[in-house]
Amino acid sequence: MIYIDLLIGFLEVGLFSFGGGYAAIPLIRDVVTAHGWLDDEMLTYMIAVSESTPGPIMVNLATYVGSAKAGILGAVTATAAVVFPAFILIVIIVRLASNLVKNSYVQAALGGLKPCIIGIILATGICMVWQNCAAKTGTGAESEVSRMAAAGAEGTTAGLAAEGVSESLAGLGIDIRAVLLTFVLGAVYFGSRKLLKRGISPIGLICIAAAAGAAVYGV
Amino acid sequence: MYSCGRGRGGIWSVKGTHVFKEGVFQVTGLTELFLTFARIGLFTFGGGYAMISVIENICVENKKWITHDELMNVVVIAESTPGPIAINCATYIGYKKGGLPGAVMATLGVTFPSFVIIYMISRFLERFLEIRWAASAFHGIKLAVGILIIDAAIKMIRKMKKRSLSIGILAVSLTCVTAANLSGSHLSSLTLMLAAAVVSEVAFMVEKHFK
Repeated sequence: MIYIDLLIGFLEVGLFSFGGGYAAIPLIRDVVTAHGWLDDEMLTYMIAVSESTPGPIMVNLATYVGSAKAGILGAVTATAAVVFPAFILIVIIVRLASNLVKNSYVQAALGGLKPCIIGIILATGICMVWQNCAAKTGTGAESEVSRMAAAGAEGTTAGLAAEGVSESLAGLGIDIRAVLLTFVLGAVYFGSRKLLKRGISPIGLICIAAAAGAAVYGV
Repeated sequence: MYSCGRGRGGIWSVKGTHVFKEGVFQVTGLTELFLTFARIGLFTFGGGYAMISVIENICVENKKWITHDELMNVVVIAESTPGPIAINCATYIGYKKGGLPGAVMATLGVTFPSFVIIYMISRFLERFLEIRWAASAFHGIKLAVGILIIDAAIKMIRKMKKRSLSIGILAVSLTCVTAANLSGSHLSSLTLMLAAAVVSEVAFMVEKHFK
């Protein structure tokens, strides 16, 4: 039953997402793809939406997955499940075991968990960039978007030339526009920290990326 | 010890749990907890650490519900427990102010705004993506998300205590997940995390034993 699956899946996410929002992304991806609830494409879009709306990323993702799969009840179930472990643990810590997190055995376990999670997050990010830059010939939303983008680019001669280049590179398995766009976005995001005091915020990067995406892939 | 002023915030004592013994104030206190944390939940973009400064401003400086040192203590606890930092802080402050009902109200409050917003977005996102410019825009956004995730990991690496064991664990988990992803095979993050915790625990015990 979908509600029980949502409950168990997101309890798991809530219980193991040490290190905040981004730590939950690989876990949610595991749960969501294991059940076939969402594809990577939609999950990535939702990460961007979660980053651009208020509230913790994992709560937003839980609400979205629950809602997309089982309506308002599903949204409530998934959100409650993802929050519950953190809630209970804090209540226990305040009430009974204020020294629990200082315990050396607990710290030793956390000392192994944290670098492991960082490795998983880094790998998730690298693989995401890699897959975005790999031209897909398969079916699905991805090719749908690129076909639509191609149709949009055909209007101009520059578009036609770009199309020719990207077509030949697609034969090698590389989506040249995605590679260039990723490179430019990365340079803008990390470079802005050298120029501005705090650099561009994640929401700022998402807005720039949306405008750039619309410009490159066609309106 | 505690004042009974009617004004906002006046009903809170320095050691606020006393307030909840007074039935009259109970509703006001719980509602205020809910509303305050709903406001915090509504205006914090960018997740955990951005939220701490808002909580500091409202709960420490403005309402004086907890002290700065206490909040820093909560942040340390939040980093060692699973779940979003915002939830951990809300639960902690809510519990301190109003016991279990307070914890529930504060946690509900901080979750509520994003729940409503995301629920509404979920109703139309897929239809929205059928519009061509929206699909193109999201195609660009997808590239940005990869960069953001890598950036989050880099920030965490900077803060990590760099011992040889933790660097080794990081390298192994990075390699395993990357290999699994690129080869298309499935690797459960949970299995990997449990293995890392066990390895670290064993290393700690061995070290302790030989000291």
